[in-house]
Amino acid sequence: MILAFDIIILIFMVVAAIIALNVKDLLSAAMIYGIYGFLICLLWAEMGAVDVAFTEASVGAGVSAVLFIATVYNTKRKSSD
Amino acid sequence: MVEFFEQHFNFWIYVILMMIGLWAVIAKNNLIKKLIGLSIFQTAIILFYVSLGVKENSTIPILDHHAPAAEVSADPHHNDEPSETGNHGELHPKAGHENDHHADAHVGAHAVEPDTMANPLPHVLMLTAIVVGVATLGVALALAQLIYKEFGTLEENEVLEIIKGGEAND
Amino acid sequence: MLSKVFATIAVVITGGLLLYGVMDFPAFGDPHSPPNAGVKGGGESISQYFITQTYRDTKVPNIVTAVLADYRGYDTMFETVVIFAAGMAIFAILRVVGDNNDPTKKELSSDDALSQKGDHNRIIIGTTCRIIIPIVQLFGLYVVAHGHHSPGGGFQGGVLLGSSFILLALSQNLNAALRRFSEKNYFTLAATGILIYAGFGVACQILEKNFLDYGVLQKVLFTDGPEMARSHSMLGVEVGVAFTVTAIMFSIYANLSSRGTLKDGL
Repeated sequence: MILAFDIIILIFMVVAAIIALNVKDLLSAAMIYGIYGFLICLLWAEMGAVDVAFTEASVGAGVSAVLFIATVYNTKRKSSD
Repeated sequence: MVEFFEQHFNFWIYVILMMIGLWAVIAKNNLIKKLIGLSIFQTAIILFYVSLGVKENSTIPILDHHAPAAEVSADPHHNDEPSETGNHGELHPKAGHENDHHADAHVGAHAVEPDTMANPLPHVLMLTAIVVGVATLGVALALAQLIYKEFGTLEENEVLEIIKGGEAND
Repeated sequence: MLSKVFATIAVVITGGLLLYGVMDFPAFGDPHSPPNAGVKGGGESISQYFITQTYRDTKVPNIVTAVLADYRGYDTMFETVVIFAAGMAIFAILRVVGDNNDPTKKELSSDDALSQKGDHNRIIIGTTCRIIIPIVQLFGLYVVAHGHHSPGGGFQGGVLLGSSFILLALSQNLNAALRRFSEKNYFTLAATGILIYAGFGVACQILEKNFLDYGVLQKVLFTDGPEMARSHSMLGVEVGVAFTVTAIMFSIYANLSSRGTLKDGL
């Protein structure tokens, strides 16, 4: 409920989401998606949702980003847009 | 006006995040970018749900089970009070037994105010949503690998051309 | 190009409607909004019931774990089944047995820098991970067992245990992890997890009560009072969930990173 913290983290999240969708290198996109997951975990920990934050940190920012990188390794790394 | 902004700007930014994700699913050409957009959409919706249960000046929804040591010595009559549930039939060491009685009486006697704890119900529902989301992301990535093996490319327009070319030949 | 125009129009219309709908919301953080306190004249809302009555009913301090494993046990059971089904789906989509030459694999190794299998010197990564992996597994077991008193529970602990095997596969190669956790073992473990969960429910049915009504297990578990029986059954059910989640997380990674062959991966 701390206002300044909420504003800063949400602005970072919007910036991370836009950048993850606009880079041409798919490996960087997977990494920035991991950053987005960690920022959302921080926001939930501040709101008091500790179980959800724990799950998102381990699943969203951990396993999910690793699965993206494993798929990019087996297919093309460069995207056209 | 500033009050209204302070109380509602969170929801505006959640809607902006959802729309970024939705735009990426429709407009992007690469399949992996579409999946990243879908994941962004999903986590923005989960964020929206969890923020419905936030209360001002509240703590996490985990009860404080162990009474602090100052209360044990300061209130001697708590130790004599019989435990309300009375289900400690087995033999415990004496110190542990007294602590359990005191903790039960402490938590049972001081009923938890619902306003001091964050709402636990959205947390429960969204835990399921996050884990199911990662499972379906795994299936989507497996399908993307199969498409790459079959067509040799992950761009949507090239895949559609190959399919149309194959149909024209038949 | 046309898809971008259509996407922009659709997003602007949907975003406009949602922003208009958000204007009427209660203030962020209001303790008396309808999800938190119910509507006027309607009585106590169910979240207030959960906050005040959970310790009396089940003796578990973590309200989220109690609601997840006891009051809403059906949802958790079917969520575990969904995770198992996703693991089966990936197995059915990708898995190929035998060494047929894959034509796309030859194209990969020429242009992408990612797939150059150089002669890596893995002393630093190998030694560090050899120290870290047992600690991660111990922490994962702690999170499963301590879910009643601290944030955690079956899912988080299961994902931590699965991640420890993924870390082993990343620091050495996939065969090192598969030697310790082979395909037969992880599918058996995943099925065992679901059978444990459903087994608790059927045990309650055998004792002539509803499915997943844990209070009646006090006759079998020799506790006095249904509250401790519910607490112990919650732990058993969370262990089942942890088994399934561990096995399926590693199975998804193994199949995705080796394109189904399970021969060599990342």
